[in-house]
Amino acid sequence: MSRRARTGIATAALATATLAGCTSTAPAAGPGDAAGGKPISVRAADDACEVSATEAQAGKITFTVNNTGNKVTEFYLFGTGDRIMGEVENVGPGLTRQLIVEVPDGGTYTTACKPGMVGDGIRAPFTVTGTAARSVDANTKLAEATSGYQRYVTSQIEALVPKTQEFVDAVKRQDVEGAKGLFPVSRTYWERIEPVAESFGDIDPKIDGRENDERDPGVGFTGYHRLEKDLWVDGLQPDSPAIADQLMADIKNLQSRVSAVPLTPVQLANGAKELLDEVATGKVTGEEDRYSHTDLWDFKANVEGSQAAVAALRPVVDDKEPTLGPTLDERFAAVYTLLEGYRAGDGFVLYTQLTPDDTRRMTEAVDALGEPVSQVAGVVTS
Amino acid sequence: MTALSRRRLLGWTGAGAALAGVSAATGFAVASAGDAPASAGVVPFRGEHQAGIVTPAQDRLHFVALDVTTGDRERLRALLQKWTAAAERMTAGAETAPGGAVNLNPQAPPADTGEALGLPASSLTLTFGVGASLFEKDGVDRFGLAAQRPPRLAELPTFTGDQIDAALSGGDLCIQACADDPQVAVHAVRNLVRMGFGTTAVRWSQLGFGRTSSTSTAQATPRNLFGFKDGTNNLKAEDPAALDQQLWVQPGDGPAWLDHGSYVVARRIRMHIEIWDRTSLAEQERIIGRTKGEGAPLGATAEFDEADFAATAADGTPRIPKDAHIRLASAQSLGGTRILRRGYNFVDGSDGQGHLNAGLFFLAFMRDPHAQFVPMQRALAKSDVLMEYIEHTGSAVFACPAGLAEGAYWGQRLLEP
Repeated sequence: MSRRARTGIATAALATATLAGCTSTAPAAGPGDAAGGKPISVRAADDACEVSATEAQAGKITFTVNNTGNKVTEFYLFGTGDRIMGEVENVGPGLTRQLIVEVPDGGTYTTACKPGMVGDGIRAPFTVTGTAARSVDANTKLAEATSGYQRYVTSQIEALVPKTQEFVDAVKRQDVEGAKGLFPVSRTYWERIEPVAESFGDIDPKIDGRENDERDPGVGFTGYHRLEKDLWVDGLQPDSPAIADQLMADIKNLQSRVSAVPLTPVQLANGAKELLDEVATGKVTGEEDRYSHTDLWDFKANVEGSQAAVAALRPVVDDKEPTLGPTLDERFAAVYTLLEGYRAGDGFVLYTQLTPDDTRRMTEAVDALGEPVSQVAGVVTS
Repeated sequence: MTALSRRRLLGWTGAGAALAGVSAATGFAVASAGDAPASAGVVPFRGEHQAGIVTPAQDRLHFVALDVTTGDRERLRALLQKWTAAAERMTAGAETAPGGAVNLNPQAPPADTGEALGLPASSLTLTFGVGASLFEKDGVDRFGLAAQRPPRLAELPTFTGDQIDAALSGGDLCIQACADDPQVAVHAVRNLVRMGFGTTAVRWSQLGFGRTSSTSTAQATPRNLFGFKDGTNNLKAEDPAALDQQLWVQPGDGPAWLDHGSYVVARRIRMHIEIWDRTSLAEQERIIGRTKGEGAPLGATAEFDEADFAATAADGTPRIPKDAHIRLASAQSLGGTRILRRGYNFVDGSDGQGHLNAGLFFLAFMRDPHAQFVPMQRALAKSDVLMEYIEHTGSAVFACPAGLAEGAYWGQRLLEP
């Protein structure tokens, strides 16, 4: 949670691109979804990502993703600069989910499965031929940017809900070790879309408030960080199960409201910048997860969320300022490379294991990225 | 310190001080000082030498040392070009870019950070230098420049009593910002640092709130935090022959890119002012070798009187003690060696132990740090009673190229030989 004044996305009246149905990420396979060509099947194993076709016509493309492995997986279709054209998250072992992606332009794209939901994933090139009928003026591209990002937000919420449920369930059955393991994982989805979530000024303090935040009389310390403190410091308390239920209710409340949020391109760009501000002020400092010290999970998620917002705007950025995109690609990659050096298993080392030299390197990388990201809002409005 | 406390050695009488050949180090001709800028003036950015060296020392300093974080020489070059353009604008009292603070796209972060809006140029000078680590770091020739490293651009040795903190030392590049207004100096450094993100990163930086040296005879000698006039015998702008001999790198000294440039030695010197303040006036004056009020050498009456290092008091001891600061640092003691001091007083808050974190940020320009600064500091570190009250906590050496011709950029002669 940031201390900045909530320049509420929800309250912004400037919405130029209101997003109605976000149909691209379907929670489960259903009849009639594949409006375009035949669905492309994806067999997502722990060590392979078999896509039944490597080419498709521009327009709506449908992937049916079947997780044949033992790890929870994700499937992505990426454009240039890892712009997420569409994704399904949190596909459990044995499950099948469908992804419908709007790809209006021909070109080379990338498919990727992410078994265990970590790393770059198992990637392969994917060719889209032809061009779908549409007008391609700047406003259309901006509208596509906001709708694309909205799909991203939706996909993250769809993963946030079940992952938080797992965390909450572990707390409620007094499974401290299990809950500790799930805490940073469930927060990942939250942290990726934090600026959008923060725009709901009533929900954010309940979900992500800190113990020392000033609250209205009668409002208690709840949410992730209260449970974090219980798990790592105080031990589970008599009201921990109630706090856990409240967290789940608040997350579901967020889910019900977030799809109606109108977003503008400037809000996307500023959201991308704010996520890096969060890293600089909350994660590199170890402030966010002060009991669990799992700050690097949140760090990575913030950067990923920032990149998703920038990537959604990428076609507009490329039109207006062609030198900015490659700089962004390089600086995002540099941050990820640096973070990979702090991997421990599927997660990261704890903040308390970092030396001042480590945090200095992280600050440098985030500064290097923050400057070009801060230019995006100006470029898309120029 | 223990039994061998330097303080106890004060007034210690040794054998006759063999100080033959005391040269006239103080007699500067008062030459035309008309080039001293007005307090709100503009110091020309371009010229034969970089501004900010013999420019009459401004009152405020912000010095920054940076590390280059890219391995790409072309990217470094692009930044130096961008820096030069912004530096030239800022020294003229302008924003980093036209309209940069408030007149560009309101949806974009301003190109200029804005805190100098409405302030005059304030004699801002920006002086650029490169450190040895730019040429080679951990045995790696990072930018294909290793052969261009001047042999005299090398790390300083460790001196007795040094408490050097690596986090306050070294650096691939430096920028010295001096101005009459601290806000102007900080604005300049901040904006250049910002432009560098992704190519450079700040290694350390130091603010100075008051000058401790004069670089022109037109200036009065200021005082350091020990309360004494400092740098009375400094090299000064009005003595061009001495500057060529002691300050400016001459053709043939080393690689041609540094000809007519200079080296700057930076030492962060923490002063234990609380301890000093309990020292009697007489002892303070003996330690320095000058009177505190006038600044005259002991035994003389006026600040610029020549120090008589041979004079003895009634009891036969040297009038200026053997271990007095001005004796050890004098050109007479050091074979004629002089430097151009351009240091600043600092107070970096407090130290958490109830004392001010105060001192002198020593900056000195010279033709050869190893022939000039090193012997001087060795002599001081070994014998200077003043060392009892100070400790050196940061250290760096940079080579500052000559001034820029029209259209040239910082480091161009190094990168495009």
